[in-house]
Amino acid sequence: MLASTPTAALRVRNLRKTFKDVVAVDGLELEVRTGECFGLLGPNGAGKTTTIEICEGLTEPDSGDVELLGMRWDSHAAELRERLGIQLQETQLADKVTVMETIRLFRSFFRHGPPPAEVIALVQLEEKVNSRVGGLSGGQKQRLALACALVGDPDFLFLDEPTTGLDPQARRQLWELIERFKLQGRTILLTTHYMDEAEQLCERVAIMDHGKVIAQGTPRELITSLGVEHMVEFSAGGAAKALEIQPLRRMEGVRDVRAENGTVQMQVTELHRAVPALLDELERQGVPLTELRTHSATLEDVFVTLTGRHLRDE
Amino acid sequence: MSNITAIPEIRPREAAGRRLGPEPRERSLADNALVQLTLTRFREFVREPEALFWVFVFPILLAAGLGLAFRNRPADVLKIAAVTPELARSLRQDQLLDVQQLSAPAADEALRTGKVALLAEPGPGGSVVYRYDDTNPEGRTARMLADRAVERAAGRVDPVAASDRLMREPGSRYIDFLIPGLLGMNLMGSAIWGMGFAIVDARRRKLMKRLIATPMPRHDYLLSFLLSRLVMLVVEVGFLLGFGVFVFKVPMRGSLPDLALLCVITSLSFGALGLLIASRARTIEAASGLMNLVMMPMWIVSGVFFSAQRFPDMLQPVIKALPLTAAIDALRANMLQGAGLAQLSSQLLVLAAWLVVCFPLALKLFRWR
Repeated sequence: MLASTPTAALRVRNLRKTFKDVVAVDGLELEVRTGECFGLLGPNGAGKTTTIEICEGLTEPDSGDVELLGMRWDSHAAELRERLGIQLQETQLADKVTVMETIRLFRSFFRHGPPPAEVIALVQLEEKVNSRVGGLSGGQKQRLALACALVGDPDFLFLDEPTTGLDPQARRQLWELIERFKLQGRTILLTTHYMDEAEQLCERVAIMDHGKVIAQGTPRELITSLGVEHMVEFSAGGAAKALEIQPLRRMEGVRDVRAENGTVQMQVTELHRAVPALLDELERQGVPLTELRTHSATLEDVFVTLTGRHLRDE
Repeated sequence: MSNITAIPEIRPREAAGRRLGPEPRERSLADNALVQLTLTRFREFVREPEALFWVFVFPILLAAGLGLAFRNRPADVLKIAAVTPELARSLRQDQLLDVQQLSAPAADEALRTGKVALLAEPGPGGSVVYRYDDTNPEGRTARMLADRAVERAAGRVDPVAASDRLMREPGSRYIDFLIPGLLGMNLMGSAIWGMGFAIVDARRRKLMKRLIATPMPRHDYLLSFLLSRLVMLVVEVGFLLGFGVFVFKVPMRGSLPDLALLCVITSLSFGALGLLIASRARTIEAASGLMNLVMMPMWIVSGVFFSAQRFPDMLQPVIKALPLTAAIDALRANMLQGAGLAQLSSQLLVLAAWLVVCFPLALKLFRWR
């Protein structure tokens, strides 16, 4: 077995996978440390699910190497299965069986693990214990799916888009659960296309686009790498002449300016200098302001800066 | 978010140990994967009212309906018409004729529209004219009965005395023929539908993919289908045969263990065929198309409702090689003739061949995700 640093729970090298003529994963490199929650962030179609399913041993890569908990799929599949907790995107559990019956079924596949009732309590489905799966809400189904991933007391947890399609409250509830599992020292790899989810849950993230990792680090590091703290967005309209962009670029504390669909977005290092300067400049040009917003830079801004596209464009 | 506070406190991770709760007591049989999978199959089936209807109620309704429609009745009373009171009186002497006296135009109309099978009218010189359709068996029978009644009324005496002894014994009626046919059809339908829909549905829901992401042994998954099938088989067969025996007095002349064995082999063969049909399909539509394609010809040619012998000799080898034909022939021979397994070796061979070919092929082709 290849020696690896004891802190790496998952190491992926030069991974490639092609479906017919679509390159889903294109030379991907990844390292997830033991005990951390690592986020794979990217738009739909970036190759996140393919990557995670290769790591889960459900999809064969065309080439590349996956080392998980110091083992490999071709030699230690049975042992790996016992130690992984997996939640897939879009799994629909059987509707006619109850929560308890579902958990008992999944529990029966693993040698070790907590009693079913304990797992159900963990995801707060005690009240639904005898309800059929078909009658659960979206958030409850997602928590049940999480419970199914936890029945084997896994060392490594894979969560593929755990909150997609949930309402904000159900999402936040699931986040709190995942936060608690992190306290137990489990390693988690999760994919998401919600940047707030990655910022909230993940110690480190990798931003994926077109099957490649285009940036990797802590959310803080990635945002800092932009070199700007704030984003200013405004709309101006109703003027006789169009707004001139060039003078904005020369203003103090402004890093970059881009205009699209009538709104202008400025990357700003010093908000307290840039905003008064912007107001002065608009007055000089005789262009009235119709809307003004500022926010701290996010992973979304990192993605936009790196690719020129928004995460949810596709 | 107030309900979040209800989460139980989680112990910090122990060095290499478990994080949740104490190690459970020794695992019981109920914690076995195969038992749990089979129980789940069973629950899903029992909680599906439609499935229960098609498997248990439908065959019985079918048997009851057909048994009533084709019950052996005393020979039909034939409706005929006569245009004169004298003729009507002579004809009424025969119990098997229902005679109406009608005016000539009305009788004409009744004959043309098939309300009566024959019309008797006086001919020239005291003779009788019978008008009927000689391509209609009822018409020909009516002609013989009517003429016998008319001649006897006119004083004919039969030179030879004859009497009837009627045979209406269980074992030779249509319902006796039908019940083993329905049993075979039911074994085929529930095995193929039961396996097919459940497997394709699990694949479509990505549930199968989720299951193989656990340490679940794959053969346990497939085995659970066969096991639940065998449990259901007992109920299914018991229902239909019980109905046939108690309501229609269908005979069971063969040995019961032989019959049970036949049912099990039939069910396994069709289970393997169902597995093969479901091995690749990703949608319910694709699977049900395939299932109908496979089952429809057998419903027609394998002798469920009428003897397979009616098809041309040229086709007989093909028909005999079909699993449903083999199953039904064997079930009928067991129930109606009391045949032993040794006499059914060719049918058993056909069923075994389907099992041995379909099962490995299905495993090889099976799409797990």
